[in-house]
Amino acid sequence: MEQISTLAGFGFILFSGILLLGLFLLKDRVKASFRDIPAFVKLNKSLGTAVEDGSRIHFSLGASDITSSRTAASFASLGVLRQSAELSASSDKPPLATSGNAPLSILSQDSLKTAHHIAGADQQYDATSGRLMGITPFSYAAGTIPAIYDEDISVNVLAGGFGTEVGLLSDAAERADSFTLAGTDALPAQAILYASANETLIGEELYASGAYLNAGRTHLVSLYVQDILRWLIIGALIVGAGMKLLAGLL
Amino acid sequence: MNKLFAPAIAIATGLLVLFGYFFPNDTLNGVRITIVQWAVILAGAAVLVGVSNLFFVHLKKIQNKEKGRVYSLFLIVSLLLSLVLGLLLGTNSSVMQGVFSAIILPVESSLLAIMSVTLIYAGIRLLGYRKDIMAMVFLAFALVAMLVAAPLPFFELPLMDDFIRPLVVGVLATSGARGILLGVALGTLLTGIRVLIGSDRPYGGK
Repeated sequence: MEQISTLAGFGFILFSGILLLGLFLLKDRVKASFRDIPAFVKLNKSLGTAVEDGSRIHFSLGASDITSSRTAASFASLGVLRQSAELSASSDKPPLATSGNAPLSILSQDSLKTAHHIAGADQQYDATSGRLMGITPFSYAAGTIPAIYDEDISVNVLAGGFGTEVGLLSDAAERADSFTLAGTDALPAQAILYASANETLIGEELYASGAYLNAGRTHLVSLYVQDILRWLIIGALIVGAGMKLLAGLL
Repeated sequence: MNKLFAPAIAIATGLLVLFGYFFPNDTLNGVRITIVQWAVILAGAAVLVGVSNLFFVHLKKIQNKEKGRVYSLFLIVSLLLSLVLGLLLGTNSSVMQGVFSAIILPVESSLLAIMSVTLIYAGIRLLGYRKDIMAMVFLAFALVAMLVAAPLPFFELPLMDDFIRPLVVGVLATSGARGILLGVALGTLLTGIRVLIGSDRPYGGK
């Protein structure tokens, strides 16, 4: 039984991969039309305003371990960092990326460096703008709060693997009167952010950020694949529930 | 060269670990475990790099006489003191255990306590900037969930145990949570596949 479920899992991953590659190869036949997520519209607007008024943008990437099952949230947050930093790299004050995990902080420095290079602002890149603020969730929050208050930050993007400590960060951002966009993979943290952040990304919206920030065609196709897989799962759930109901009746 | 080399290594490693997980024969399993162990060692080395980064960020703050430099000085002194004590006495020594249980643990617990106040404040503020039906539903559910979870001292609310708790917590909240988790799982899967095919490169390059 365990072997069947393992094979089913592998088959599901393989099917998703083939679907992604297949739809990607269809190229222009797959048109991009997605629902509006106001959070991304407001983020783009805030990034523009921050660049114009010379204030700093802060990316908080969370404290989840890069070698854990929550890696994908951290990778999604690095994508948000890369895309948004490209737009704001030429600002007077370069963007700041903070994290609570050492490998993630190194990756954030790498993403910032690449973003500056792509934006043609290599000389403005500063290695200390990708920082490790603490190595436990709450020490990370404690280390990041002063940065939110003191470093002339007007936009906070809290995206990645957070726990309940994210409430402290969003509260600090609100007190500093800055715009906050937040998204994470953990349910308790999403509930806290819904109550405390200006704009919240719920569920899979964090993973869709690449598509909304023009990170490339694969991100757009990913959303189609997600939709197809979601409908397949919904179908399977309904069929399963129907079969269980029938078995109970018979 | 690096443009091709890094993605090739990342993709090959990712595929080996994935295959090792799904088809655990001796060879693949051995390779998978070795690669994961390397990752753990690299993550350990990364902590050293990250802490050095933290040290230099705060040193720069002190040198530039930035706001909050007193805290930076305090951080650097504490960091060096912990490093020296840890190296001399070992992490299992009573002094290091004392540092953990007398300083780090209480401070983190205090932050957790502050969190509860912060959340109450956020709940009160919610309707101030989110004037929509979903915010009202969210707040109503939060209140009901708290009411059914909290022990009431002198009486029990009618229908609470038999009807409201199973409906709100067991059916509505659980089904909503599962829906969100389903979206998170699909997002995680597709992010992983994008990294595996080299489309997303969180390790640098474009």
